[in-house]
Amino acid sequence: MIRFDSVSKSYPKQNRPALRDVSLDIAKGEFVFLVGSSGSGKSTFLRLVLREERASHGQVHVLGKDLAKLSNWKVPHMRRQLGTVFQDFRLLPNKTVAENVAFAQEVIGKPRGEIRKAVPQVLELVGLGGKEGRMPGELSGGEQQRVAIARAFVNRPALLIADEPTGNLDPQTSVGIMKLLDRINRTGTTVIMATHDQQIVDQMRKRVIELEQGRLVRDQSRGVYGYQH
Amino acid sequence: MRAQFVMSEIGVGLRRNLTMTFAVIISVALSLALFGGSLLMRDQVSAMKGYWYDKVNVSIYLCNEADAKDSADAKGGQAGAAGGGGGAVCSKGAVTAEQKKSIETDLKAMDLVDSVHYESSDEAYKHYKERFGHTALASVITPDQMPDSFRVKLKQPEKYKVITSSFAGRDGVQSVEDQHNQLDNLFGMLSALNWAALGIMLIMLVVALLLIVNTVRVSAFSRRRETGIMRLVGASSFYIQVPFIMEAAFAGLIGAVVACGMLGVGQYFVIDHGVALRAKMELINFIGWDSVLTKLPLVLAIGVLMPSLAAFIALRKYLKV
Repeated sequence: MIRFDSVSKSYPKQNRPALRDVSLDIAKGEFVFLVGSSGSGKSTFLRLVLREERASHGQVHVLGKDLAKLSNWKVPHMRRQLGTVFQDFRLLPNKTVAENVAFAQEVIGKPRGEIRKAVPQVLELVGLGGKEGRMPGELSGGEQQRVAIARAFVNRPALLIADEPTGNLDPQTSVGIMKLLDRINRTGTTVIMATHDQQIVDQMRKRVIELEQGRLVRDQSRGVYGYQH
Repeated sequence: MRAQFVMSEIGVGLRRNLTMTFAVIISVALSLALFGGSLLMRDQVSAMKGYWYDKVNVSIYLCNEADAKDSADAKGGQAGAAGGGGGAVCSKGAVTAEQKKSIETDLKAMDLVDSVHYESSDEAYKHYKERFGHTALASVITPDQMPDSFRVKLKQPEKYKVITSSFAGRDGVQSVEDQHNQLDNLFGMLSALNWAALGIMLIMLVVALLLIVNTVRVSAFSRRRETGIMRLVGASSFYIQVPFIMEAAFAGLIGAVVACGMLGVGQYFVIDHGVALRAKMELINFIGWDSVLTKLPLVLAIGVLMPSLAAFIALRKYLKV
């Protein structure tokens, strides 16, 4: 699903590379936590997977494709197989819940009939059945994140990337979001989640990848947030 | 491509930048109206050229007794004034029959000459009376004051200068005259006007393009949330850019339609009705509606394509896709 072969990434005008010689494999259907302090390279890692950036050295394979060899005009098609969720939800405030989710299908040219069927289905899945017509501003943070997850998942991506999805939510709401992500993972979707939330990582007992100053310092299946062994 | 979705996005975009859109429409309309106007002006000039050049003959006026006498007087009076006026040219006396014959033979031998018509002084007098018989001057004119002349019709009217250079100053020739000189002055003025219009058009065009670039920049900024999400869910760059380009194209189209309207109104009020130049200046043949109508598709096409291109180029700078 994802393979990094001694990947380094440096940004221009910065002495220290954001990623240094990172190699790892993530198989289909895995649930992976990406942990590390701010500036450890988590965001760069995710941006490389999304091909927002290109690796300076090494190879990044996503969904069996070498991203360095992927021409620019093919990138949108690659991204259609990825879903993305952010800490700040990134919903469109002037569209309803259903319209926000439908937007992700409209802009890739899905037929109207398919959209009409898929949107209520995915809203039901994330637990927002009956709230199709609400505006994002009327919803709680947890509900807004559910809308964002619905939008990321409505095109049935093979890989879901979540960048601190619980960062703005209280612990109780976060548990709900994690249950939802776990359910999505059980449908066969690979999930990569960058997080600072120690409690969640410790509870879920999934694979943990830790970055420190751009280096891969830990890759542990059924791991916890910090070193405990 | 969901047409309805795209249309609603365009509508939102245009309304959000209403003032900017308005400025784009006006500047596009003005520059295209000037562009169309200058195209029409060129049509008008070439129509007039064709009309007049065909009508105009080169006239070779021959010396008559009166010219010879004037010339002799001039010589007696001021010796140094040779060549100063028509009089001095005919110092060798009135044209002789041999001179006439040799001029005619030479004319007919030239490839350029289509036909030569000899107009005697009596005929010239008759024509003059027909045209100006009612004026005071006509009543004192006598046939022997009118010169004999050759009226030369040319195959290529624009090469009239060849005739002038080969016959002016020849014995028995009083003057070679063609009306092209006066026409050329007029046409020169019209073409200067045309260049001025094109210059203003260029400035307006630059203004229009800058406005479009700025509109796209503002538009891209205010829609960055949408475009960001579109990028993430894998919308093609074409799909992301189309609403911006369509906005510019739509504003350009409205501007072009306004420009077409201005051209039509110009033709209607200046030439056909209203100012009604066609009725007032019968000697000029004016361009018709066919000329105007053939320019409109070009104006419309430029009105749509130019802003689209400007928007496309601006997007490369202001919108990450």
